[in-house]
Amino acid sequence: MIMHELISFEILRVIWWLLIGLMLIAFALTDGFDMGVGALLPFVAKDDVERRIVINTVGPVWEGNQVWFVLGGGSIFAAWPPLYAISFSGFYLAMFLILAALIFRPVAFKYRSKRDDPRWRAMWDRALFLSGTVPPLLFGVAVGNVLLGVPFHLTDDLHAVYEAGPFMKLFGMLRPFAILCGVVSVAMMVMHGAGWLVLKTEGAIQARARDYGAKAAVVVLAGYALAGLWMAFGIDGFAFVTEPPHDGPSNPLVSEVVHQGSWFAAYATRPWIIIAPIMGFVGTGMAMRALRNTRDELSPLMWSKMAIVGMISSVGLVMFPFILPSNTNPNSSLTVWDASSSHLTLFVMLICTVIFLPLILLYTAWVYRTLWGKVTEADVTDPDTHSY
Amino acid sequence: MEFGVVELSRLQFAMTALFHFLFVPLTIGLSILVAIMETVYVMTDRPIWRQMTKFWGMLFGINFAIGVATGITMEFQFGMNWSYYSHYVGDVFGAPLAIEGLMAFFMEATFVGLWFFGWDKLSKQAHLLVGWLVAIATNFSALWILIANGWMQNPVGAEFNPMTMRMELTSFYEVMFNSVAQAKFVHTVSAGYVTASMFVLGVSAWYLLKGRHVDLARRSIAVAASFGLASALSVVVLGDESGYDTGLNQKMKMAAIEAMWETEPAPASFTLFGIPDKEARETKWAIHIPYVMGLIGTRSFNEVIPGIEDLESEARQRVRSGLIAYETLMTIREDREATDPAVIQRFEQHSENLGYAFLLRRYLDDPLQATDEQIAQAAEDTIPPVFPLFWAFRIMVGCGMALIAIMGFFFYRSSFSGGRHPRWALRLAVLAIPLPWIAVEMGWIVAEVGRQPWTVDGILPTAMSVSNLSVTEVLMTLIAFAVFYSVLAVVEMGLMLKYIRKGPHEDVELTETWMDAHRARLSPAE
Repeated sequence: MIMHELISFEILRVIWWLLIGLMLIAFALTDGFDMGVGALLPFVAKDDVERRIVINTVGPVWEGNQVWFVLGGGSIFAAWPPLYAISFSGFYLAMFLILAALIFRPVAFKYRSKRDDPRWRAMWDRALFLSGTVPPLLFGVAVGNVLLGVPFHLTDDLHAVYEAGPFMKLFGMLRPFAILCGVVSVAMMVMHGAGWLVLKTEGAIQARARDYGAKAAVVVLAGYALAGLWMAFGIDGFAFVTEPPHDGPSNPLVSEVVHQGSWFAAYATRPWIIIAPIMGFVGTGMAMRALRNTRDELSPLMWSKMAIVGMISSVGLVMFPFILPSNTNPNSSLTVWDASSSHLTLFVMLICTVIFLPLILLYTAWVYRTLWGKVTEADVTDPDTHSY
Repeated sequence: MEFGVVELSRLQFAMTALFHFLFVPLTIGLSILVAIMETVYVMTDRPIWRQMTKFWGMLFGINFAIGVATGITMEFQFGMNWSYYSHYVGDVFGAPLAIEGLMAFFMEATFVGLWFFGWDKLSKQAHLLVGWLVAIATNFSALWILIANGWMQNPVGAEFNPMTMRMELTSFYEVMFNSVAQAKFVHTVSAGYVTASMFVLGVSAWYLLKGRHVDLARRSIAVAASFGLASALSVVVLGDESGYDTGLNQKMKMAAIEAMWETEPAPASFTLFGIPDKEARETKWAIHIPYVMGLIGTRSFNEVIPGIEDLESEARQRVRSGLIAYETLMTIREDREATDPAVIQRFEQHSENLGYAFLLRRYLDDPLQATDEQIAQAAEDTIPPVFPLFWAFRIMVGCGMALIAIMGFFFYRSSFSGGRHPRWALRLAVLAIPLPWIAVEMGWIVAEVGRQPWTVDGILPTAMSVSNLSVTEVLMTLIAFAVFYSVLAVVEMGLMLKYIRKGPHEDVELTETWMDAHRARLSPAE
């Protein structure tokens, strides 16, 4: 195979860093609002019909949305195998909790309204609430830990060894900065879910969604600003002492890394990335305003999308080229240049993505267009529909 | 057996995969059956077919939810519990999993929501198209998963890179068109079609016994029996195909399935019954059918199928060759670019057996210090557990044969006896509902237990593939998964039974409108 030489290994690595970033952002943008809706369920809906309306706003789409998560996981496996191997086993119990929440989610959606028993429905409502809050919280905490550095090292034959014991691995993740990241993440999803409910519902549910959404936006603004200050003054970044060749073999042990300086040094070397946090702040602020403006139904969701794109990419951009730094053995840190798949695999995967990603966007857009419009009481009470 | 991280991780993977695989075959088959029913509805416009589509579609939905829920675990478990495996083969194995998401699962999950919610929002034709897209995507999903699994059984198109300490892709074409993967794909989806057909047939038979929903049940049986018969035949033909491939690539698996301890003169006999004893290396009370095994395994009268003991001594040679690969690999990693070309050449000569040296890791940290006994022990480890394989295979085949008979009978009655089925046959059909599930679970055991002691055949031993987790961690998640999954299974079965008892939602208004429109044709005598 000579074809794959058409695109250099270095460029492919950067493309795959971008693509994984895009997939994770797409996950937050789509599954984010339906997790937010799950988190808001106990607060915005007061009786069973209202709860069914809220659930049915995401009923037809959450399943497709969640595939961004599965696709993100699969793509990390294919494009960054060491990242897939080390992060998921390193965050083992946290990952298990996320899975547990996601296991009950499809079942909760599908089964909740299939029996009339109020206790049965209340049980699945709780499952929907937990599956809307636990994953964003733990994703946020995990991102916080990645910024702080994760305690692992690689042996000579690239076995990953974790420094902490089983429980310390889970509870050791709960460092104050990481908890702050978790809170911002949950608030972000609540704001986003509220934006979705404003678009898809009317009346009392919509009014409550506006109220909770605006409050969540305040938490996002304050939390994101605080995290920024913390990163500027209280947290060490990572930097190369000897940079690995950008087209060399994927062996993280080749490079030498130190855990010092600031992540924000990136703003000096790549000043243009400041656009990301600006989008984060402006998006959140405008989403808050639009949520309070009772005539505006589409823009809360749009602004909160901008906020999410800005905030998530700000993390990726300050870290580049680091993807999973180790605080106990910085030399084991995974970076874009030494933790990817082979040249050929990245190329093959790129071809597949170039073919199928546009198709996915196209048919997803068609499905959303077909389902456009408010979900009303009539929709959930018709016995012949398959409403949840 | 001592329960360390390796055993617990295997147990967890087997449990979650077997549980996932209770729901997937039904999803695969029912997606197609429902699409066929909807096609008839759109073509004939008769309300009964719409009713059938909606009824079986709802049962599809209940089943689909758990398939999705348990599938998420599968996607992430490789990284969580099989960290070294993920590192070592992720370059090859990750790609089909990612493509499954890109090409298949995305389409399936996006359209399945629209299918359920889109009855009033789409034209009939558009809705039918959505149904077929779900069915096609579901089957593509199986294709890519089995390409990934096929590679574990027959690792083609990849080679070891000493610099990155892992397998790297050399030909995506070979991975994709891996003969084992292709045979497995057709075998597995056909098994799914049979599962769904038996489900539809059994439930419909129950309705007929109760005298309920007779129109729906008769038509459902006709669709299920014809589709099921074709699929059941295809499972066997392509099961044979995958037996043929196993013969070439995983001789040890085949020998273990047959409990064939010593090489027999060609063509070998097939053991119909027996109690294999691994300690004594013999099969007690064996009943042999001459020639059959040789014909299935090699498709010839004179090619010899090697027995377990011959393969074991071949494995001993491979361990020794693997040790040369291991020793030269150490030198290459020490000297890097400055390695003596002779060393590299020697490594390349033996690198295909590197995995066999890793088998020694179970007994000592440095394989190069291995004694002759340890090498013999490692070679013995290449024999998978014979007893479970021998019996799982026979149970699977037995269920398959029974299903062909049932499908054949109902196909005949539906086609030539005007859809009137004798009550004994209807009772039998209800009782036979579990058969395909038993067969597919046994099939999984044959394929995956038969691959032991390897995760990737001849490349990476299972014992080396696990993450550096503690027993506590894996034990906790194992118990939690067992509890969650049991709860889900109970809930799912409960809902299925509830909705089967409740029966289809009959749209009286729609049916009467249609009857009025076609009155002249329906009762010409009046």
